[in-house]
Amino acid sequence: MDLLYYPGCTVKTSAKCLETSGFAVIKALGHKLVEMDEWNCCGVVASLTDDDLMHHLAPLRNLIHVEDQDMSKVVTFCDMCGNTLKQTNLRVKEDEADLETLNLFMDQEEDYKKTVEVQHFLEFLRDDVGFDKLKKAVKKPLKGMKIMPYYGCTMLRPREVAIDDAEEPVILARLLEALGAEVIDTPYKIECCGSYHTIEQKDLTAKRAYRISSSAQKAGADAIMLSCPMCKFNLDYRGKDAEGLFDGYKQIPVYYYTQLIALAMGLDIESCGFDSHTVDPIPLLKEKKVI
Amino acid sequence: MTTEANTEIARQANGTDTPSEVSTVDIYIMGKRYQVTAGLTIMAAIEYAGYQLIRACGCRAGFCGACSTVYRKDDEQKLHFALACQTTVEDGMYLVQIPFVPASKAIYMLEDLKAEDNTILSLYPEIARCVSCNTCTKSCPQDIKVMMYIQNALRGDIAKAAELSFDCIQCGMCAMRCPADIKHYHVGQLARRLRGKYIDTLSQDLKKRMEEMEQGKYNDEIEKLVKMELDEIRELYKERDIEAKKKKKEEEQ
Repeated sequence: MDLLYYPGCTVKTSAKCLETSGFAVIKALGHKLVEMDEWNCCGVVASLTDDDLMHHLAPLRNLIHVEDQDMSKVVTFCDMCGNTLKQTNLRVKEDEADLETLNLFMDQEEDYKKTVEVQHFLEFLRDDVGFDKLKKAVKKPLKGMKIMPYYGCTMLRPREVAIDDAEEPVILARLLEALGAEVIDTPYKIECCGSYHTIEQKDLTAKRAYRISSSAQKAGADAIMLSCPMCKFNLDYRGKDAEGLFDGYKQIPVYYYTQLIALAMGLDIESCGFDSHTVDPIPLLKEKKVI
Repeated sequence: MTTEANTEIARQANGTDTPSEVSTVDIYIMGKRYQVTAGLTIMAAIEYAGYQLIRACGCRAGFCGACSTVYRKDDEQKLHFALACQTTVEDGMYLVQIPFVPASKAIYMLEDLKAEDNTILSLYPEIARCVSCNTCTKSCPQDIKVMMYIQNALRGDIAKAAELSFDCIQCGMCAMRCPADIKHYHVGQLARRLRGKYIDTLSQDLKKRMEEMEQGKYNDEIEKLVKMELDEIRELYKERDIEAKKKKKEEEQ
């Protein structure tokens, strides 16, 4: 099945390894992601905190591009992009007056006909492929790897666009089980990573990375698995910074779920793009004989 | 301007010798109404009305980007954007010329840059403020997909940003209209410079020709041209070999 794919800016710049590993996985599962002919920045979750219709233009424009290609579904890797596109999609589907205002503003474009469904790649794996089927595709189970699934915020909130329960999510844990890894559960799995504070308040974000990662380590985890590129940067990069703030602290590796699926399916490790990580993810994989 | 001169302009514009048959349109230059000959370009009409253009006027051929014009027809809601030298006057146009755009440029040494994902973003961080309203695209007299090249710059696709902005003539209307205060045309120029220097492969033909010039291969011919009379040069220019002409000759044969 060919799926229409919305990448987003981060996936094209600092999170290329999320795309390359995700592409390898989907290909191995017998599907294909086709990048949209035309797309722009999703608009970013933060912009929607203002009740300002102007900020819904970017996500709505992307939804119109999906309709331009006669498609009714678009898949995305990035939690932020998925969240933003879904929030706008919901708002214009529920509020006819808002949609009319936006359609009138975009007078040279086709009107949005409210036909698009936005899907996170994790939802596609869970609902369309099925973790059972994914489990059957696993060739090298991640045996002996103790991993904390980390969810962050934008995959789970607000409730209307969440892909799982906001307080007790299980989607990443179920995925890890399918891959044969040991799931390490901690209350910090839904703690905020610090998000955009990472730009102005590096120490604040480093401390949050420390809280999350050290809770995982205390519970016995030797790695973290997540989905969001923002969380990945903060836990991996700022987590490394935290080594300078806390005596004896050592940051554990942080993996995208797409990378771990690729490894468990026995796909080329090149697709994982591990050289872009701050904390080297390779030694642990070798220690656990995954590679 | 004298009546004879007006009649002459009208005759040229309409291809007629009888001034009584000349059709006219009403235009408004900065709010003041003028009756001008139909068929003139906006630039010619402004001069016809008696203004002398010192700025907002350059090549008169649609290339230099100096004559950007904003207008609205008196019965329309939408603003329009055009080059004065390329657009014909229409009845009821309210016109204003934009001879200069205040759009500060980033200072950089191209030699010190690298064509990386965040190179443009670090020099023009305001591109991250784009809300994709597309007002820039609508204001472009060259019909460039301005917003899309900004979006490509934002996602680090320098080659695509350069390609999409290639026809830009730097008139600056995009930067004047942007609600996020982006200076689009400088961003496009940076993308093209980065692509030219770091992404595209060097043309071997150009390198060869440059070497030939340095070795003085064309010095004699240049010397000959310098000494030539103006009329001779004009004739030579008219008769020069260009690809289009060669092709035509081949087709005729």
